[in-house]
Amino acid sequence: MSAVSSVAHIPARRTGLHFAGTCGTLTWFAAHELRLAWRDWLSMMTAGRRGREKIVAIALVIFVVFAHVLAWYFVARYVEDSAEPTKPALVVITGSVLLAWSLLISQAMESVTRAFYARSDLDLILSSPAAARKIFAVRIAAMALSVILMAALLAAPLINVLVARGGVRWLGSYGVVVAMGATAAALAVAMTVALFRLIGPKRTRLAAQIVAAVIAAVFIIGLQVAAILSHGTLSRMVFLESATLVALVPEIDSLLWWPARAALGDLTALGVVLGISVLMLGAAIVVFSARFGDHAIAASSVSAVGVRQARRSGFRRAAPMRALRQKEWTLLKRDPWLVSQTLMQLLYLLPPALLLWRGYGEGTGALVVLVPVLVMAAGQLAGGLAWLAISGEDAPDLVATAPILPRHIVRAKVEAVLGGIAIAFAPFIAALAFLSVHGAIVSALGILAAAAAATGIQFFFRKQATRRYFRHRQTASRFATFAEAFSSISWAATAALAAGGTWFALFPAAIGLGILLAARWMSPHRH
Amino acid sequence: MTPALSIRGLCKSFDRPAVNNLDLTVRSGEFYSLLGPNGAGKTTTLRMVVGLLPPDDGEILICGIDARRDPVAAKRIVAWVSDEPMIYDKLTPYEYLEFVAGLWSLESSVAERQARELIDWLGLGPHAHERCEGFSKGMRQKVALAGALVHSPRVIILDEPLTGLDAGSARQVKRVLRERVANGDTVIMTTHILEVAERMADRIGVIAGGRLIAEGTLDELRVQTGRNHTSLEDTFLALVAEQQAA
Repeated sequence: MSAVSSVAHIPARRTGLHFAGTCGTLTWFAAHELRLAWRDWLSMMTAGRRGREKIVAIALVIFVVFAHVLAWYFVARYVEDSAEPTKPALVVITGSVLLAWSLLISQAMESVTRAFYARSDLDLILSSPAAARKIFAVRIAAMALSVILMAALLAAPLINVLVARGGVRWLGSYGVVVAMGATAAALAVAMTVALFRLIGPKRTRLAAQIVAAVIAAVFIIGLQVAAILSHGTLSRMVFLESATLVALVPEIDSLLWWPARAALGDLTALGVVLGISVLMLGAAIVVFSARFGDHAIAASSVSAVGVRQARRSGFRRAAPMRALRQKEWTLLKRDPWLVSQTLMQLLYLLPPALLLWRGYGEGTGALVVLVPVLVMAAGQLAGGLAWLAISGEDAPDLVATAPILPRHIVRAKVEAVLGGIAIAFAPFIAALAFLSVHGAIVSALGILAAAAAATGIQFFFRKQATRRYFRHRQTASRFATFAEAFSSISWAATAALAAGGTWFALFPAAIGLGILLAARWMSPHRH
Repeated sequence: MTPALSIRGLCKSFDRPAVNNLDLTVRSGEFYSLLGPNGAGKTTTLRMVVGLLPPDDGEILICGIDARRDPVAAKRIVAWVSDEPMIYDKLTPYEYLEFVAGLWSLESSVAERQARELIDWLGLGPHAHERCEGFSKGMRQKVALAGALVHSPRVIILDEPLTGLDAGSARQVKRVLRERVANGDTVIMTTHILEVAERMADRIGVIAGGRLIAEGTLDELRVQTGRNHTSLEDTFLALVAEQQAA
């Protein structure tokens, strides 16, 4: 690697000293945190390379326009002109708010867990004469801000379309987004600290990751399950708009609808919702900032305690390729982050599984929904596993200096990935075979194609890193990230059409192959 | 007798030449220490020897095996330990050594005996079945060293193996390396701790600007600089200063 390409983003040289406020004050710490957050974000967007700011800006503009077009397509038809909200409208808005809120809590829990377990500047902070409570108060507030900004960024196209079609009253939705972010951050801090006290720092990391995954999934899956059981469809909107649900929920003057009323521009409701959220965040900051440092110290010292494995007698005889496969599977099994990610993927497979179960007596109509979901999940899971196996090698020198041909190393790693996918998806294929042998074969082929394509893309864009950078793998190559996503979508569409028995399946298959060829052509390793 | 390592005309450039037409010979069964200032090309040279970097040009023979033409055969008899011990956090030392044994296709009973000996020699016994994630740098370095030695390599190449080790760990590592040389293996080691080179090495090579600027025993190096009875540190600094002046 050349010295130039490895240079991280270097901020512009400043002239003179610019301190925001007096040293050691809350504003001073806040300025410091904001600066770090801004550089972290910039580095993530530009993958740490200089001169990419313009490209990132252009990409963001394109994304914003595209998101608005998409939002217009999906949302515009739902906007009602009437100033007085109807009960069905309140149900749909509240359902959507709860759905987004569960995702925000999950995201905030991830941030809090990361803050606890990353040593980073902990030594510096706690060994300085500055009041640690202030720093951690700012840090919790910064987490809340980042959650709010992310939520606002994602919600903005929808809200803007609502404002354009339904009037300025919809601007209240921005206030609701702020309230959702603040309460999500407050709850995430409280829940993570509670886990710390209940089960200790050693188990909290994995538990918090699993809880975060479950929180994110449970509401979406719950709605889907309700939709399947009541209407035989995966669509959440069909359930939220159903007369049955509308009849079951409280009347229109209930406090439950205040967040929805706030989103619709009811200023009283907006004031109350915002007030409560700010109070909750403030309370979380006051209560938990004092002990945040202690918990972070406890968390960071967890790694010093060795995890003992069962004592084994005798080495197993293994050829190099088998040793490599075995090593990959052992590391995957022992990776708590990956466990939570896998859990997440499997949780999202529950609704299709339920649909499958209900579909036994109703013919093969469910196949068109089930098959692409399975294929899509396999592609995404394979991409993650392939990154861990191919790029996330913690001892690259050892493997590279072993007396094995490089192509055999790659083959063993690919086999490890595909083997993992086969184990994860075999039960679904087997269950599917009872419903339709044709559907099972199509799913198996689709899963194989999606997993192989995702693995191939990861191989073409492999870049040596350690496994702890898994979260940031998307920043290594934007092209690889998008190629992986679109490839999975293409193979999912292929499988869905093939399950329906139409030759049109060849079109998305051709697109999938085209993406793979483009990735091969764009690969930095093609020479 | 075939040299353990023979390098002829080795070249590697990044933005500028890192290794520049280097010739180097290390005899079989000797402890050879490679010294040089930061950026001299020591690590680049050794990474090319073990097959981690492709050379731009030149020839590398390891115990007579052409490492560029038959890298797999060369790798069978070489071990590499880098300055930053890279091991698997989620494996135990015992599992790590089992994995290395698999990579080198070792007979399991032989490999296990070797592994147990190394674990004992390096004082890793109490931690043999603990995951490496909580290990100190010294312990990680010892696990990496055990992994390098478990397949009984004839040539052991180490890049700054003592950096960051406490006195006890450093002594254990030095003892293991000495025993290997006494058994007829070859050790090639870079180090910035000149006292270690002075006390352990049979011969010392000084590299600067990607070239070998001096080589020999400590006495031979002193003669080259015309400074008898000086320490290796003085001799080394004088050699590097001469090269930089030239």
